[in-house]
Amino acid sequence: MSLTIDDVKRIAHLARIEVTEADAHATLEKLGGILGLIEQMQAVDTTGIEPMSHSQDVTQRLRDDVVTEINQRELFQSIAPAVENGLYLVPKVIE
Amino acid sequence: MINASLKELATALGAKQISSVELTQLFLDRINRLNPEINAYITLDADRSLAQAAAADALIAQGKAGPLTGIPFAQKDIFCAQGWRTTCGSKMLENFVAPYDAHIISQFDNAGAVNLGKTNMDEFAMGSSNETSYFGKVQNPWDRARVPGGSSGGSAAAVAARLAPAATGTDTGGSIRQPASLCGLSGLKPTYGVCSRYGMIAFASSLDQAGPMAKSAEDLALMMNVMAGFDTRDSTSLQRDTEDYTRDLNQPLKGLRIGLPREYFADGLDAGVAKVVLDAIEQYRKLGAETVEVSLPNTQLSIPVYYVLAPAEASSNLSRYDGVRYGHRAAEYTDLMDMYCKTRAEGFGAEVKRRIMVGTYVLSAGYYDAYYLKAQQLRRLIAQDFEQAFKQCDVIMGPAAPGTAFKTGEKTNDPVAMYLEDLYTIAVNLAGLPGMSVPAGFSNGLPVGLQIIGNYFSEARMLNIGHQYQQVTDWHKQMPQGIE
Repeated sequence: MSLTIDDVKRIAHLARIEVTEADAHATLEKLGGILGLIEQMQAVDTTGIEPMSHSQDVTQRLRDDVVTEINQRELFQSIAPAVENGLYLVPKVIE
Repeated sequence: MINASLKELATALGAKQISSVELTQLFLDRINRLNPEINAYITLDADRSLAQAAAADALIAQGKAGPLTGIPFAQKDIFCAQGWRTTCGSKMLENFVAPYDAHIISQFDNAGAVNLGKTNMDEFAMGSSNETSYFGKVQNPWDRARVPGGSSGGSAAAVAARLAPAATGTDTGGSIRQPASLCGLSGLKPTYGVCSRYGMIAFASSLDQAGPMAKSAEDLALMMNVMAGFDTRDSTSLQRDTEDYTRDLNQPLKGLRIGLPREYFADGLDAGVAKVVLDAIEQYRKLGAETVEVSLPNTQLSIPVYYVLAPAEASSNLSRYDGVRYGHRAAEYTDLMDMYCKTRAEGFGAEVKRRIMVGTYVLSAGYYDAYYLKAQQLRRLIAQDFEQAFKQCDVIMGPAAPGTAFKTGEKTNDPVAMYLEDLYTIAVNLAGLPGMSVPAGFSNGLPVGLQIIGNYFSEARMLNIGHQYQQVTDWHKQMPQGIE
């Protein structure tokens, strides 16, 4: 299986990364090499093998339903690119 | 003093031969002199470091010192430290000042240790040479034209050049063990879940694990006593009894069964590295160990499996960098989508973008089963290989990296060649096992590490195995030239 330049542009869009035409061509070559490496996996028959998502067989811990965090809005927003009246500013999304 | 062990430093501090302020200043002076070239540190804050040192001196004067009180440590710039710029080696976080402490940072603070500065690293820990850092390459102190390894390359170079007594690192696919090997250090990646990931900037969450990098196994054990432990803020932190990682250091090795995986000594291993590793194993036989050949048949597959799972997890983790709440935001954009795309195009470097795109691709509609699910199935086979091997042996030994430090720029244009650097380390992360590298000698003047892989939670035994070797060898005490 080989990628096309349109695939690269589609993936970049899904990943929310702007690519120029030149970037896309350079990326196509490098991704091709990486996907070629990944393709080695297909040589092994894995029918019936249970997928392993995690190395430890643990279950999610539960905790009491109580307030544990204090409000630190001002501290956390002090490092934001743009805020106003305690809100994060982004370009208009609803007309 | 610059080559002293942590125990020796603690003794000197306790005996008032030197104060923590003097010790910290000694290392800061060395950093000022040598770091402009080596580039092991990204951020220094002498006032903060010295204030911590003064507080440590007060504790020592009151007789309240612990084993690490007053000792300065370099912290990998992946750990959030309140008030410190925390960049993760990326332009995306160039001006990010962490609003809270990572668990690991709190643990060092609570132990009265001094934060000496934040060390350079591959961007978002994605690399094996420290060349992907936005803040520049790092020199290997053993040969300045070569890489220190990565991603914890700054931490490795800092300790190797004696710009810190010891440092922290993180290891997702070999990022502690490979730079430790290339820089002549001892480095331990603990069992997954032993050190909290809270406040440690995420790369691939099911593989990321923090660990210590130092000169000796004994130093690693002392650091593990501070770094390990349960933390409710990390959902994968393991709830276990507190361990003293120094408890077994002096145990004899008689009867130790060492497994030698034939796949770790096959094609792809540099002959000079192989010789050093086999000599080290011979030394273990002299210490009373027995060796047995084992097989890890899926070793080669660990690289493709890793380069599906790690990018998949990374593409999800790094989606948080959107220019809205913190980090870089593009200066000009037309709408929200354009803001995301430009922000991420500007903020991430080439390798990070590649991995995000690989991850995005393997998780995209129609490809999930062929890539992600397949990789998870193979991950189980890889973990089962180790399970089988540990029926025949107590620990596994082999090389930590296929070669010694390579020249800067040698592998930058070929991501796949760079990925093969981690051939002997990645499977350990996939299985969640502990792995360690200890200095075992030199090949053409460059350090070579011996990798020791243990079963789950066998860190204390592994440290014992490293320590006993270091009682009869002095590779871990050697220093590079030109760092006086």
